[in-house]
Amino acid sequence: MKGRTRRQILSSLFVAFCGGAVLLALVPLALVLLFVLSQGIQALNVGFFLGLPKPVGEDGGGMANAIIGTLMLTGLGSLMAIPIGVLSGVYTSEYAGSRLASLIRFAADTLNGVPSIVIGVFAYGVAVLPFQQFSALAGGLALGIMMIPIIARTTEELLLLVPTTMREGALALGATRARAVFTVVLPAAAPGIVTGIVLALARIAGETAPLLFTSFNNRFFSIDPTEPISSLTVQVFTYAIAPYEDWHRQAWAGALVLVSIVLLCSMLARVATRRLERLARG
Amino acid sequence: MGRKDLVFRAGTGFFGLLLILIVAAIAVELTRQSALSIQKFGLAFWRTEIWDPVAGDFGAWPFMWGTLYSSVLALMLATPIALGIAVFLSELCPASLRQPLVFLTELLAAIPSIVYGLWGIFVLVPAVRALEAATPEALRRLPLFSGPPLGVGMLSAAVILAVMVIPFTSSVAREVLRSVPMAQREAAYALGATRFEAIRSALFYARSGIVGAVMLGFGRALGETMAVTMVIGNNPQASLSLFAPQYTMAAVIANEFTEAADDLYLHALTEIGLVLFIITLVVNSLSRLLIWSMGRSRRAPRASAAGEAAA
Amino acid sequence: MNLVRQQTTAVAVAGVLVMSAGPTAQTVRINGAGATFPYPLYSKWFDEYRKTRPDVQINYQSIGSGGGIRQLTNQTVFFGATDGPMTDEQLTAAKAPILHLPTVLGAVVPVYNIPNVKAELRFSGQVLADIFLGRITKWNDGAIAKLNPGVSLPATDITVVHRSDGSGTTYIWVDFLSKSSPAFKSTVGVSTAVKWPTGVGGKGNEGVAGLVSQAPGSLGYVELIYAVQSRTTYGSVQNQAGEFIKATEQSVTAAAAAASRQMPADFRVSITNAPGKGVYPVSSFTWLLFFENPKDKAQARVMVDFMKWALSEGQKFAGPLGYAPLPPEVVKLELAALARIRM
Repeated sequence: MKGRTRRQILSSLFVAFCGGAVLLALVPLALVLLFVLSQGIQALNVGFFLGLPKPVGEDGGGMANAIIGTLMLTGLGSLMAIPIGVLSGVYTSEYAGSRLASLIRFAADTLNGVPSIVIGVFAYGVAVLPFQQFSALAGGLALGIMMIPIIARTTEELLLLVPTTMREGALALGATRARAVFTVVLPAAAPGIVTGIVLALARIAGETAPLLFTSFNNRFFSIDPTEPISSLTVQVFTYAIAPYEDWHRQAWAGALVLVSIVLLCSMLARVATRRLERLARG
Repeated sequence: MGRKDLVFRAGTGFFGLLLILIVAAIAVELTRQSALSIQKFGLAFWRTEIWDPVAGDFGAWPFMWGTLYSSVLALMLATPIALGIAVFLSELCPASLRQPLVFLTELLAAIPSIVYGLWGIFVLVPAVRALEAATPEALRRLPLFSGPPLGVGMLSAAVILAVMVIPFTSSVAREVLRSVPMAQREAAYALGATRFEAIRSALFYARSGIVGAVMLGFGRALGETMAVTMVIGNNPQASLSLFAPQYTMAAVIANEFTEAADDLYLHALTEIGLVLFIITLVVNSLSRLLIWSMGRSRRAPRASAAGEAAA
Repeated sequence: MNLVRQQTTAVAVAGVLVMSAGPTAQTVRINGAGATFPYPLYSKWFDEYRKTRPDVQINYQSIGSGGGIRQLTNQTVFFGATDGPMTDEQLTAAKAPILHLPTVLGAVVPVYNIPNVKAELRFSGQVLADIFLGRITKWNDGAIAKLNPGVSLPATDITVVHRSDGSGTTYIWVDFLSKSSPAFKSTVGVSTAVKWPTGVGGKGNEGVAGLVSQAPGSLGYVELIYAVQSRTTYGSVQNQAGEFIKATEQSVTAAAAAASRQMPADFRVSITNAPGKGVYPVSSFTWLLFFENPKDKAQARVMVDFMKWALSEGQKFAGPLGYAPLPPEVVKLELAALARIRM
């Protein structure tokens, strides 16, 4: 047919719109990343990684305690979330039809949707008030709660992906269900489960709100789980809303480190997921 | 069933039970810690407009308004773009570009909220302020655009929320579109459809999943705290104007929680947390229901569900 | 494990130990929270004090005066800090006697950002009250113009910036405005968190300073040092004697002169709108709060020692940071009051 009909023009416009949408989404991404990079790189030096915060008006100072704090908080959160998440996932995949499994899945989905600030309020009431102490443990609790649903769902999905032949083979050899799962199925799904854990880590490493009233913040270097602890997110927030130029610079540096950590985790997880997808498709 | 199997079932079931317990505990704890406020205000809390810590008079309405308004606006901005991205990446994209583009759009989701907030204060707000100042007088008279050009306000909040919501909605929508059987599209092409028309029929087929994806983005926007509180102006007054500084439930909790100097104040804030919890519960349940009703046709879960799990 | 792994582990462990050097087995860790108003000075103090006592780590977080009172009452921190003294209800709610100890004097100043106006504006309590009540809405309003003859004020809208968090700075500000305007007192009242008739909220002194410096036409209130550090213009305020005074070390100290002669036993006194010449009317003490009978005696001993240091050595850091040192009469009374803390 000669010329373009209205329908064809409409179609081209639509395609152009979709392509444009992708470009449009990439604009803020580029802006934010470039901005963080350009501002943060200036303040990034050895002193930043090794030094502790200094009082107002004094130059220098760093966020060593905040970096360690973030690592410690994510570590504490993982300690709690990995057992609960993985084992829940095992249950819901092994006994997928049972009522409990449906309930667990529903609870996990619900938990996934709870805003982080609400979890912070919960952790305050449960882990801070009764002990009259802000602590890294309380912060770890809040972050751990957020990780659980992500790990649980990933574990479940991946365990279901493992070919039943593997499970049946183990059972045929006389293994108990537990044996079969722990020695055959889980190891087969392990890379994917690790991916899920890494994804969960990426998610919580960037959280600020729940830490505001659990781990509080700490000027000093501390690895005591029962004491308040610094974290990159809270420290960046505190510095960002201050009127001091030096603190602003450090806030950007902190943001850069934070973004790098989170992006690295996300990239690792995505790469691993792609590889698993390719394997799953055979 | 052997005894060891029983132990296995009980053992893993126990951890699953823990998960359920945590959710229940959150609901219970929130209710317990808002007891004073619930007793004093009852259901009127949900529609009272006053937030007066001095007089001890509290109401959630301005915050509910702020949360819902900003989230709805964000959805309006984000949904067309997110769906456009989903369509492009699943239907139109040349295979070589697909991986990197998917990766890049999902990168948006990885940027921490506080970093968006920083960018918001230093880049977005001044830009929005300039935009607001440049609004023609005629438009200014409309309630939608009334008020001084501050930069901080509903518009900035909506924009930042939209940016944060796009990757979630688009990644779920992408998955949903992939589950639409090829036969559907092939039939459309066989009947002489243009690309647009074929995709439109696919979208229609996947409509409940798409709506689910949109609702998921909505749920995400409802709970967002840090980025919003840094650009919304923190003023507990419900207003139609995009320029007006307003307040959201998550923001007021973040700002005032550690400082609530008396029990009633603290309980009122916790009750706002409870209200937020209930609203996100409803929205997320609805969205899961819709996605599930769509996904029932395909049985085998995929490893890429990990991407959905992150949503 | 192989040698490289062993060496790496050893280096890592050593690194952690080195970084944690400072805290010895005897480290006393004390947590405090409260006002943002004195935060620049306190952060300096805790740092300087640490030089004399390296085994002490005082971790202070500035979450606002309301927060300080709250967390102290909940006993999640050892001490609180506030610029607005605790009310009788709050003291009763704390269930145990709390001691207010003034540490330094500070001032709250009106900061503003008017395009093309670099002059120092003069304000009166009445005018400020009306602005914060939303009654005066434009910069070229007659009332403001009358106080500032010779300054050409634009017809821009005034954007009021206040605190979104519970704050002692707010307390001092509304205390002054309530004394200047009965309408303000009855409409808004005096507290660390009030219901503002108009305006936007910034978090902390920092947030307000930030908002004002960015939004043209805005007017806010911050502790003096924040105005200086953010390079925002601040104006003078009319005192009871009718003079227009800018906040300086002298004008703030002058405000405390009358109060120091009649200091109440619990040190809870407001010195806003103080009488006298050369007085800056929006001045205030700021207090540290301690339980009289704290549970942790080791921490109590440290904090008493710290207070003695702060009241003597510490005072010399006040001036350079924009605060005014305490009058000697008040210091004497406090050193006596310190004995009330049971160690």
